[in-house]
Amino acid sequence: MSDYLVQFNNISKFFGKVIALKDVTMRLKKGEIMCLLGDNGAGKSTLIKTLAGVHKPDEGEIIFEDNKIIFDSPKDALDIGIGTVYQDLALVPLMSVTRNFFMGREPQKGIPFLKTFDVEKANQIAADRMGQIGIDVRDPSQAVGTMSGGERQCLAISRAIYFGAKVLVLDEPTSALGVHQASMVLKYIVKAASEGLAVILITHNVHHAYPVGNSFTVLNRGKSMGTFQKKDISREKLLSMMAGGEELDKLEVELQEMDRIHNKN
Amino acid sequence: MSLKSKSISSKSSLNKDERLKKISPLRVLLNRPELGALGGSILVFIFFGIVAGDTGMFSAYGMLNFLDVSANLGIIAIAAAMLMIGGEFDLSIGSMIGFAGICIAIPAIYWGWPLWMSIVFAFAMAVLVGYFNGIMVVKTGLPSFIVTLAMLFILRGLTLAITRLITGRTQVPGLRVLIEDDPLAWLFATDTFKWLFTWLGSLKLIELRTDGTPLATGIPPSVIWFIALTLFATWILMKTRYGNWIFASGGDKVGATNVGVPVGRVKISLFIGTAVASTIFACIQVLDAGSADTMRGTLKELEAIAAAVVGGCLLTGGYGSAIGAAFGAIIFGTVSMGIFYTDVDTDWFKVFLGAMMLIAVVFNNYIRKKVTESK
Repeated sequence: MSDYLVQFNNISKFFGKVIALKDVTMRLKKGEIMCLLGDNGAGKSTLIKTLAGVHKPDEGEIIFEDNKIIFDSPKDALDIGIGTVYQDLALVPLMSVTRNFFMGREPQKGIPFLKTFDVEKANQIAADRMGQIGIDVRDPSQAVGTMSGGERQCLAISRAIYFGAKVLVLDEPTSALGVHQASMVLKYIVKAASEGLAVILITHNVHHAYPVGNSFTVLNRGKSMGTFQKKDISREKLLSMMAGGEELDKLEVELQEMDRIHNKN
Repeated sequence: MSLKSKSISSKSSLNKDERLKKISPLRVLLNRPELGALGGSILVFIFFGIVAGDTGMFSAYGMLNFLDVSANLGIIAIAAAMLMIGGEFDLSIGSMIGFAGICIAIPAIYWGWPLWMSIVFAFAMAVLVGYFNGIMVVKTGLPSFIVTLAMLFILRGLTLAITRLITGRTQVPGLRVLIEDDPLAWLFATDTFKWLFTWLGSLKLIELRTDGTPLATGIPPSVIWFIALTLFATWILMKTRYGNWIFASGGDKVGATNVGVPVGRVKISLFIGTAVASTIFACIQVLDAGSADTMRGTLKELEAIAAAVVGGCLLTGGYGSAIGAAFGAIIFGTVSMGIFYTDVDTDWFKVFLGAMMLIAVVFNNYIRKKVTESK
């Protein structure tokens, strides 16, 4: 029995000749928040889709609770407890909080063939769950469109947890949010982890990732630059790794050079 | 409970800050999609009550007349509304009505089928047409506007061509004699609550013919179907899992798919729904008139969509109600009949129809903005 809840070992994914991912390894314990950092085009989306069961990895293995797993569809990933919250959240703004919360998995009551959607029960669960994260939904039948971006994000995460996620994969949960809203979402993520979930937080924002993460995996051009524990790495170091440090260094030198020429004249 | 609430330190302050805006009861009411149509219906009744109150429009006979027209439109409007909530259009409704009509009439008159068998045949064809519409839209990803527009022409053309080929004409009369004793036709051709009207007649409370029988003989079958379908559709939308899937499919196809809603199946079933509703409409009209006409149902698809829109359905899907569409149909039915009782030229009906729709769309658009507006 290993310590890890879930392990992604040496995952590679190719699209024709393009190497989208090469030998990416991530291992998570219960209650751990791993931040997956990477610039645009680093292969984050491909990795998420591989974790969520949309893509099958071409190489490598996924081990969940010591069992080797092969996903044939996103549903398989959901069934074993890998809950993915995509950037678009899969929320319908015109529908109520409750109807969104249970979308596709509505609780039913009544006799076969005449089963009805148990709206009261659903309303209560939705309001309860939102209440636990400090969002007071007074009327769970109100449209999701009236909620703030942070609240919507929390709703989507809360839904994934309610439906049995043990590993949460969050795709850029704070990217579209202001500072206040982002901190609300990050707090909720920390809370979820403290209750035993493993969280993979995908982001390009080091400032959001650094305070909450336990470990950091940096992705650059489809390759993992390694996984670092928080105590071993600084925020600045992460930032420069993400951007492919050399590039930034080069830029700095060039700017100094320009400055020097400018001062001369 | 794995997620027992561990209080976040700043929970209370967060709460106040993030708290949803207080919503007045009026706003809640305004957020209901059917409100506009309900208000419209009331206005229309008040208007004709004043303008045509003493003309017989609101006698039992007059009321049944405009209710019959409303109900016929309502049957297809409800199906169109459900499809619109599911995010698609069906422009082939009108053509399907004509097609279903000859599917009933030709086998019954020319091939000697019993009437019930031709009716079953017409419904089977409807399911096929609806399935084809649905599978085309779902599999190709083309806009349903285009797919069903093509179907509008195909079905109308088929109806004309087949009828002329077999009968040499464009009308198939002679159905009336077949209705009696048919095990199925009564469903679409029986006036109900006759005893009530006879009783009211005997009390001289409603208008009588010269032979002493009441002028209005009973509730026409269209009204019963209309009420039943409104209730059924509302139950589905509000109270079942499938109803939630309809809203989800129309609201956000990708999101719904991601959380496991079978969007394709939902949409196909809704297309079958509009085709079947068109066939119910055709059955009622064909059996009432005793003949099938190849041009029956022309432009009905647009009236159905107009009624659905007036009833609060958004053209983009994901929002609307069956009750709203029912009221939309009542508005159109009432005005189209009521205009006969006023001094206004009936030519103005189409003007009204268009203006009503414009107002409804502007209103709906405003509501949608209000509903989806972020803080």
